[in-house]
Amino acid sequence: MKKKGIRIILAFALYLVALMIHFPLEWINQLIYLVAYVIVGWEIVKKAFRNITRGKVFDENFLMTVATIGAFGIGEFPEAVAVMLFYQVGELFQHYAVDKSRKSIASLMDIRPDFANVEREGNVQKVNPSDIKIGEIIIVKPGEKVPLDGIVVEGTSSLDTKALTGEALPQDVQEGLQVISGCINLNGVIKIEVTKEYGESTVSKILNLVENASSKKAKSENFITKFAQYYTPIVVFIALILAVIPPLMIPGATFSDWIYRALSFLVVSCPCALVISIPLSFFGGIGGASKMGILIKGSNYLEALANTEIMVFDKTGTLTEGVFEVQKVKAVDRSEEELLKLTAYAEYYSNHPISLSVKKAYHKEIDEKQILETQELSGRGMVAKIGEQNILVGNEKLMKEKQIDFETCNEIGTILYVAVNGKYAGCIVIADKIKPDASNTIKNLKKNHMKQTVMLTGDRKDVGEKVAKELGLDQVYTELLPDGKVEKVETLLKEKSEKGKLAFVGDGINDAPVLALADIGIAMGGLGSDAAIEAADIVLMTDEPSKIMDAIQLSKKTMKIVKENIIFAISVKILVLILSAFGLSTMWEAVFADVGVSVIAILNALRVLYVKKKKE
Amino acid sequence: MKSKFRLEGLDCANCAAELERAIQKIEGIESVSISFMTLLMELEYEEANQEEIIEKVRKVIKKEEPDVTMEEI
Repeated sequence: MKKKGIRIILAFALYLVALMIHFPLEWINQLIYLVAYVIVGWEIVKKAFRNITRGKVFDENFLMTVATIGAFGIGEFPEAVAVMLFYQVGELFQHYAVDKSRKSIASLMDIRPDFANVEREGNVQKVNPSDIKIGEIIIVKPGEKVPLDGIVVEGTSSLDTKALTGEALPQDVQEGLQVISGCINLNGVIKIEVTKEYGESTVSKILNLVENASSKKAKSENFITKFAQYYTPIVVFIALILAVIPPLMIPGATFSDWIYRALSFLVVSCPCALVISIPLSFFGGIGGASKMGILIKGSNYLEALANTEIMVFDKTGTLTEGVFEVQKVKAVDRSEEELLKLTAYAEYYSNHPISLSVKKAYHKEIDEKQILETQELSGRGMVAKIGEQNILVGNEKLMKEKQIDFETCNEIGTILYVAVNGKYAGCIVIADKIKPDASNTIKNLKKNHMKQTVMLTGDRKDVGEKVAKELGLDQVYTELLPDGKVEKVETLLKEKSEKGKLAFVGDGINDAPVLALADIGIAMGGLGSDAAIEAADIVLMTDEPSKIMDAIQLSKKTMKIVKENIIFAISVKILVLILSAFGLSTMWEAVFADVGVSVIAILNALRVLYVKKKKE
Repeated sequence: MKSKFRLEGLDCANCAAELERAIQKIEGIESVSISFMTLLMELEYEEANQEEIIEKVRKVIKKEEPDVTMEEI
């Protein structure tokens, strides 16, 4: 590329000399032009001759060679050199732009670990991550990448997950916590017990996905290559007609004039610029998305996302946290703290999700010595003796069975009733929490003209409807079994317009069939869930619904740039073709329609790569 | 049967599209996708006589784009 740059500068200098200085003998000027031409265009002419022997007439090297040699032939020396010169400038620029965006995307995906420090036979060895087996202990020092997925067995540290999730805040890890490969260890030394082999670990799944992303092409990409396939032959054919027919038919028309017009056609007939800017835009869009922690499996999905009309959400784990939390404590004759404490003690030995959430809410040390007796009554609750007090914790059924005089609680969620020494003591409401950014996401979707927002859930009617109402969703279907979700999505698919798309957002657990059925399957929380990465078309690495909005905006921006480029490039080319056919434009405009347009289209495409930082 | 190849030396987007069309015509090729941006070619082809098919692909590339080399990954 450097050599080419030097050749261009040299040829340009000679070209200026010949243009500015009028030597007494004209052939000196012509010779300088010729030398400049050979310096800058020799490579193209050579390729053209090689290609013509293989019957490739519509090859751009050939077209440029014919156009320029033709210009020499009719005595237009400066034009001949200029066309070749600017064509090469355009090529150089194109290479530079493509190379730069390839590199910038490669660096985005710079998550591949090069080695792993493994503990074997009492000492630490540096090995290839793929040589490590499940159960082995690896050591990750500050500044190194976590090479495989695992669980921390020793040490604490902060991990930088930015390359994976787009999240700027580091994640703190300690003993017992899961870590994901591809993160960068920031400060402490940690020991990790490996839970997945390299081929199965997050980092290789993500890399695989990104590397395969390019094979699924968008409609606009196919359109433009198809267009180029017909455009070039047609323009060349018209050029041939222009060069021969008018001078023979129109009285007074000269060959040199019409050949000049025909040569302008050949310059404009090169399709490459047009063809490059479209995949470049999509490539940039996919790259920009991965910077934000959104993995898109192909340009076609990025394109489809901009046309989403119906957005269907799963509830649990998607719009809600999927974790049950104590939402409310209503105590009778004692403090809320006291009620929570008694319940937590009574539930201490239970591993039921409800018990776990009570213990989490209580959040203090539990003195096991005070727990004298506990008994789980299946389907009803717990009976326990804590110190001097007899505790009952459970549902309505339990209260009725033990003939406790209790007040029915009308909150939505799971209700735990508590009685102490045979007297009603209050209730605790446990429910799934709506994600903090869920409501804004729905609002933004509507603002951006999403026609319908729908929620599907297997949860109870009252719970589902409350969540849907709180979030402002248009429709909600509750108490659905997995195949019920499939059925609903099938009906919704019929409601959209012909061009519109339906996207389904789920957490990738249990909803693989729906993810596959939807036009666009979006899975959340890609970090740590293989199922999600495999089943979906778009993977959001974190579990924030707001990422959906980011993805849609990026997709719209990409599509806008793609359309701008298609319309701009085609209309300038056609305009210049018409003008040169009537002799109203010169070869200079033709060079602009080729090189100028390609440079502008590429610069426009590169805009996608620079996505704005998340606005808070 | 699916395979992936890296195409080294591919230097123009339209050439990539033309090459893709030429390979598509080879008998036994079910689908082909060449990405100019990643320089990757993905082939889907019949299980039987796969060596023969790959050889044909290699020949087409040699004819269409002599500067391009293909390498399986």
